[in-house]
Amino acid sequence: MILQIEQGDDGVTIVRMEGRLDLLTAADVKHDLTDLVADGRRRLIFDLERVSFVDSSGLGALISSLKAARQAGGDLRIARANEQVRTLLKLTTLERVLRPYETIEEARAGYTSIAAD
Amino acid sequence: MPYRVAQTHASPHVHFIFEVLCALRILAVRFCSEVMNRFVQKLLPEDPDLRAELRLGLLRVLVAANLLLGFLYLSWRYSATINWAAWPIAIGLVIAETYSYIDAWLFGLTLWKLKQRGEPPPPPPNATVDVFITCYNEPVEIVRETAIAARDIRYPHRTYLLDDGNSPAMQAMAEEIGIRYLVRSEEWKGKQRHAKAGNLNNALCHTNGEFVLVLDADQIPSPHILDRTLGYFADERVALVQTPQWFYNVPPDDPLGSQAPLFYGPIMQGKDGWNAAFFCGSNAVLRREALMQIGIANYVRDLELRVQRALRTADTLLHKAAQQVKTAGNQALQAAIDELHAAVRTSRRMLREGRPIQEVTWYFQQCAAAAARPIVADDLARLRDELTTIPGLEGDDDLTSTLSRSLDDEAILHTLTTRERSPLAAIATVRELLLAVDIDRADEAQPVMPLATISVTEDMATAMRLHAAGWRSVYHHEILARGLAPEDLRSALQQRLRWAQGTIQVMLRENPLFIPGLCWGQRLMYFATMWSYLSGFFSVIYLSAPIFYLIFGMLPVRTQADEFFWRLVPYLITNELVFAVAGWKLSTWRGRQYSLALFPLWIRAVISAIGNVYAGRPLGFVVTPKVRQGGTPLWGVLRLVRIQLITIALLVLAAVWGLTRLALGWQIEGIPTLVNVFWIGYDLLMLSVVIDAALYQPDEQEQPMSVAASAA
Repeated sequence: MILQIEQGDDGVTIVRMEGRLDLLTAADVKHDLTDLVADGRRRLIFDLERVSFVDSSGLGALISSLKAARQAGGDLRIARANEQVRTLLKLTTLERVLRPYETIEEARAGYTSIAAD
Repeated sequence: MPYRVAQTHASPHVHFIFEVLCALRILAVRFCSEVMNRFVQKLLPEDPDLRAELRLGLLRVLVAANLLLGFLYLSWRYSATINWAAWPIAIGLVIAETYSYIDAWLFGLTLWKLKQRGEPPPPPPNATVDVFITCYNEPVEIVRETAIAARDIRYPHRTYLLDDGNSPAMQAMAEEIGIRYLVRSEEWKGKQRHAKAGNLNNALCHTNGEFVLVLDADQIPSPHILDRTLGYFADERVALVQTPQWFYNVPPDDPLGSQAPLFYGPIMQGKDGWNAAFFCGSNAVLRREALMQIGIANYVRDLELRVQRALRTADTLLHKAAQQVKTAGNQALQAAIDELHAAVRTSRRMLREGRPIQEVTWYFQQCAAAAARPIVADDLARLRDELTTIPGLEGDDDLTSTLSRSLDDEAILHTLTTRERSPLAAIATVRELLLAVDIDRADEAQPVMPLATISVTEDMATAMRLHAAGWRSVYHHEILARGLAPEDLRSALQQRLRWAQGTIQVMLRENPLFIPGLCWGQRLMYFATMWSYLSGFFSVIYLSAPIFYLIFGMLPVRTQADEFFWRLVPYLITNELVFAVAGWKLSTWRGRQYSLALFPLWIRAVISAIGNVYAGRPLGFVVTPKVRQGGTPLWGVLRLVRIQLITIALLVLAAVWGLTRLALGWQIEGIPTLVNVFWIGYDLLMLSVVIDAALYQPDEQEQPMSVAASAA
């Protein structure tokens, strides 16, 4: 497993990764994340602070994992993305779906109360 | 160049007439090209670069002259010559001529930027490449030949056989020769398969090379195919390098018109000049990152549209349900509906404000889970029964998939909201609708589909999305793979029909003139291909005009003969010259014959594509057979071209009738009759190709052993 897992007591699991989330690692990340969901950790936050580079295969893995989490009644949030990732999110328009949260706390807050306004 | 006639079936005098006609035609074409060849060889300089430059200059002069003469001719036709007494055919003809003139513009623009690239840049030292061979029930021996050649490509790569036929024999072959074997993964069970596009999308999901070489099952690659194409990707914006498709099982006179020298030549080179060379399904290298990016962008667009539709439908349903409950006076139910309705409205507002879809649907699911608690299993069962009565939805899938599909179709959604139903059923529908749209589509195997699935020609649609996203494409004009063309008329027609249908589907679903992101040159280049597939309707007018005149005396053009000639002939001659220079040393004649002669097929393609896009009727998609469909008796083949044969008969009849009237002195003015008879001669020359094709029997000896063996 290339992910580090930190289980919070509020049912939210923080997932950390180091290095590149690209065509070489995407399949493993997708695999690990869907395994986590299958284990019952349905509320996930993917911490991108130490991820230096993401390509669109990496985004594809995130979308697949988001789908798996949603089907299990949970969600996948991303936090602390660097400039490169934000640019790619904009370029692929994926920011319309996936919100890049500034901090872990913000992402966590969304789980308990997503405010309508 | 042997002219082939089947040894059996056709009666002797029919034979004789066709032999004479075709011999005359071949002689005439040969004579002209021989004379031109000698003449030009003397004039041109030796240096190839200079030659290319001169050729382009000459082409531009001819194109400009042709378009100018065409403009003068057509404006004269509109202003002074329409014979209102015979208005149906007169208007029809001038519209057909306008169609052709626009076609001349599009063709001229294509040629204007003809790009001859020459030697490709050297390949990068250590790119990772996946070679995909797509197959679907082709004979194993044919695929084996391709697979071995793919495995032996020199540049380091991984070879995958993408078997959509799930055949154990294919798997054994792949293992035997040492390549990887891929079939659809579990996720695809019970989902839409999307033919070849789905096959490639599945493979992209399970591989990770930076570049992907796509090969059809019969396209045998050269060992240096990657060395010659990867270099172009040094430009980070290049997403696609397409090379020609060329068929080795086609005799020199190409009776079925399989080779496309004009397309895989001046047309693609011209499109390349406009950065609009498109993906043709095989023999192309693609950049994975580019495919994934457009796949994601498309996923987002699709999702946003579906969430909007789902919420709008939910709003309407709940509005009606709320009114019903009010009259019934059920307090608990009214509260549930109001709560849900408020959630829907808030969600719609959030979406309008540009909140990420993830947040909107999360918010809604949380609210809906609470509000929908009064729903019991009975209501869901009733809802399911109700849905199966809506045309367009099938009951054999699970509820979510069924509703998911309804979100692609405004008509079905409309039916959903206009049905009378109980307030509880309305709540159930809303809940299920929103579950169906959550974050992906329940009826698709993969949320992200890098290859477009909107058309049976996924290649063109994908390329257009790449261009719209700002990526560049390259057409590398060098034969680097050799394939098998269909060997009988039925298969050849099926293939042509599928291409035409696919192109029209793309035009209707994602029209290049309107989708954002393309520059105008690219728009016109894509549109040119689509425009050319509309020719069938106009061919009918061209073909019927002389018949109308000679038999019914309806003359569409009202003018003096000499004026007509002076305006029309220079336009036609420059048009021929454009073709002659653009298709220099290429046999473009077959292609031009087929573009007229297949008019019934083009019409059918357009009509069936419209029926498919707007009414959801099936296209009748058939995979092109790679081996001859043996054993069809002659009349069965002739039936395929019966409309052309009837047209030929009518044209001959009209010519004979017209000439007889002239000879007997019933018709005094001779020139209009002669002009029309001349046109009929030209039409017959074009249409006669279908008889060649129907009578064509491939010569077994000319073919590589494997094809003959597997056909047996």
